[in-house]
Amino acid sequence: MAWFKKHQYTIIKNVSKPPAIQAGPEGAKWESCPNCKELILQETLIKNLRVCHHCAYHMRLSADERIQVLVDAGAFEPMFMDIRPANPLGFPGYGDKLSGDASAREAIVTGVGKLGGMETAMGVMEFGFMGGSMGTVVGERVARTFEYAAEKSLPVLMVTSSGGARMQEGIFSLMQMAKTSAAVAGYRRACRRPYVSLLCDPTTGGTTASFAMLGDVLIGESGALIGFAGPRVIEQTIRQKLPAGFQRAEFLLEHGFLDMVLPRKDVRPTLIKIFSWL
Amino acid sequence: MPFYYDFEQPIESLDEDVEKLKQQQAAGQDVRERLDKLEARLLEKKREVYANLTSWQRVQLARHPMRPGALQILPHLLDDFLELHGDRQFRDDPAVVTGLGRLGGKTLLVAAQAKGKGTQETLRRNFGMAHPEGYRKALRIFETASRLGCPILTIVDTPGAYPGLAAEERGQAEAIARNLLEMSDLGAPILTVIISEGGSGGALGLAVADRIYMLENAIYSVISPEGCAAILWKDAARAPEAAGALKLTADELLKMGLIDGIIPEPLGGAHRDVIQSANEIRRTLELALADVLQAPVDELCRRRRKRFRTIGT
Repeated sequence: MAWFKKHQYTIIKNVSKPPAIQAGPEGAKWESCPNCKELILQETLIKNLRVCHHCAYHMRLSADERIQVLVDAGAFEPMFMDIRPANPLGFPGYGDKLSGDASAREAIVTGVGKLGGMETAMGVMEFGFMGGSMGTVVGERVARTFEYAAEKSLPVLMVTSSGGARMQEGIFSLMQMAKTSAAVAGYRRACRRPYVSLLCDPTTGGTTASFAMLGDVLIGESGALIGFAGPRVIEQTIRQKLPAGFQRAEFLLEHGFLDMVLPRKDVRPTLIKIFSWL
Repeated sequence: MPFYYDFEQPIESLDEDVEKLKQQQAAGQDVRERLDKLEARLLEKKREVYANLTSWQRVQLARHPMRPGALQILPHLLDDFLELHGDRQFRDDPAVVTGLGRLGGKTLLVAAQAKGKGTQETLRRNFGMAHPEGYRKALRIFETASRLGCPILTIVDTPGAYPGLAAEERGQAEAIARNLLEMSDLGAPILTVIISEGGSGGALGLAVADRIYMLENAIYSVISPEGCAAILWKDAARAPEAAGALKLTADELLKMGLIDGIIPEPLGGAHRDVIQSANEIRRTLELALADVLQAPVDELCRRRRKRFRTIGT
C-alpha cells in the first residue's frame, strides 16, 4: 500500500552556492545544479519547482518563489510588512544593511494566502536577506501573524529557512525566540486550528529552537539541513567529522522530530489535505 | 501458502479438494455439481469446527501467521490516511503507526500497533512490540487530537511492550504509566479496537478508551498463556490450560463487562477475508463514533474514569 511506502533518501552534499546561470545558443538559459553540477534548462528547472531532475537536489527558494509554489495563483495578501528594522544596539555596519528595498521585506514575508481555496495565515522566510536571520522584525511579524490567525480562527503555515537569531540585534533577537514561542502558545489557547511548520533548507539556531519546531505538524523538505548548532560549529567544538546525512530532514525523521519529509512537489497537496481535514 | 492448525485439518483437506475442482473448472471441465456439493460440505464443516473454539484455539487464531495486522486493515478501513512520525524526543518507533485518518467525512487521529509482514518488515517493526518512544509518539498524537477536537482511534495488536535493555533505559514503565494517566483525562473521544493480541500493559497503554471492541478471535490478557503457565506451574507447555483459566477471549471479556462489543470475523478468521473484516470494523466504528460525538467531552471523560474506577471489587 502506497500510504506506508518508505521514503527514498537522496544523498546530498553540503551545498550553499547559488546556481550559476549560463546563456546557451538561441537565448536558452541553463543553470548548473549546485549539487551534481549538471546543466539544466531553466524552463525545466522552473517546471520542476527548482528541484534538480538529475540528483533530486532541492534548490533554495526565495520567499516569492515559495509563495508561488505553495499558494493558489494570485491569492496572497501581504500583511504586517510596514514593520521596519532598526539598529537597537547601534551595531557597527548594521545600519547600512537596513537601507534599500530588500530591508522592507526583511527576512520574512507574512500575510494571508489561500491553499486550495482555504484561507491560511502564513509567514515565509527569506534566506536571501541576512541569512534569514530572526531579529525584532521577524519576531514581531511572526507574533502578529499568529495573533491575527487566532482572532480570525485561521490555520497557520510557517515556512522557515534561517540561520538563526540575528547577531547584530544581540539580546533583542534572542528574545524573539521567547516572543514567537509565546505567540504559538497564545494561538493554541485561542483556537482549535492547526499550525503547520514547513522546515526548509536551512533551518538552524534560534529559529529551529522556537516557532519552527512548535507546529502541530512538522514537515521537512527533502534534504533540508535542520538543527540547532550548525554543522561547522559542531565540528569545530567536538573536533570530529560529522556522519553523512547528519542533521538532514531524513535524519530528523528517524530521530522522531519530524512528522514527515516530503519532496517539494508533494508539499502543497499534503498541506491542503491537512488544512481541510483539521 | 495457506496455513492450518491441527484442529483445522478437516477443513484443510476439503479446501484442497475445492481448489482442485476449481482448477478443473477453469480448464473447461464441467464439475459444477461436484463443486457445489463440496463447497456446501466445506461450509458445514467450517461452521462445525469454528462454532465451539476453545480458548487456546482462539489464541492460535489470534496469532495466525496470515492474520491481517493494522497495516493490512487500515487501508480498507479508512478513506484516506496521512502518516505522522516521531515522538519529538528520541526516535520514530515503527512498532506504532500514527497519523490522520479519514472515516466517513470525519478526521480521526489514529495510533495503531503494527507487527508488519515479512521478515524484514517484521524485524523493523519489532513484532509490534513498542519501545517507550512508541507510547510517547501515541501520546503526542492524542494531545494534538485533544487540542484540535478530533476523536481518536487506537488499534491494539501487540504481544506486549518490548522487554529490552534500551526500553528500560528510556523508561518503558514511565511511558506506559503516563499514557494511562493522560488517556484517562484526555479531552477527546477515544475508540479502541483490539484486532489480534492485546498483550498486557503494552496493550493497555493504547486502550484506556470510551469504547473498546475486540475482533471475534482476538485475545486480551495480563500475560501470555505461555508466560502464565511458566510462572504459576513452572511449565510453559501447559499454555492451553492457562489460556482457558485466564479468560482472555472476546466473549468472556464481554461477559465480564470489560469490553463494549465483539466485531464478527469471516468464518475461519479475519485472514480469510481482510476486506470483509475491515468493513465489519468500520460498521462498528461508525456507530460508536456517532454515539461518543453526541456526549460533551467533560461527560465522556467522567464516564471513562468511572468505567475504569468500577472494574474489580
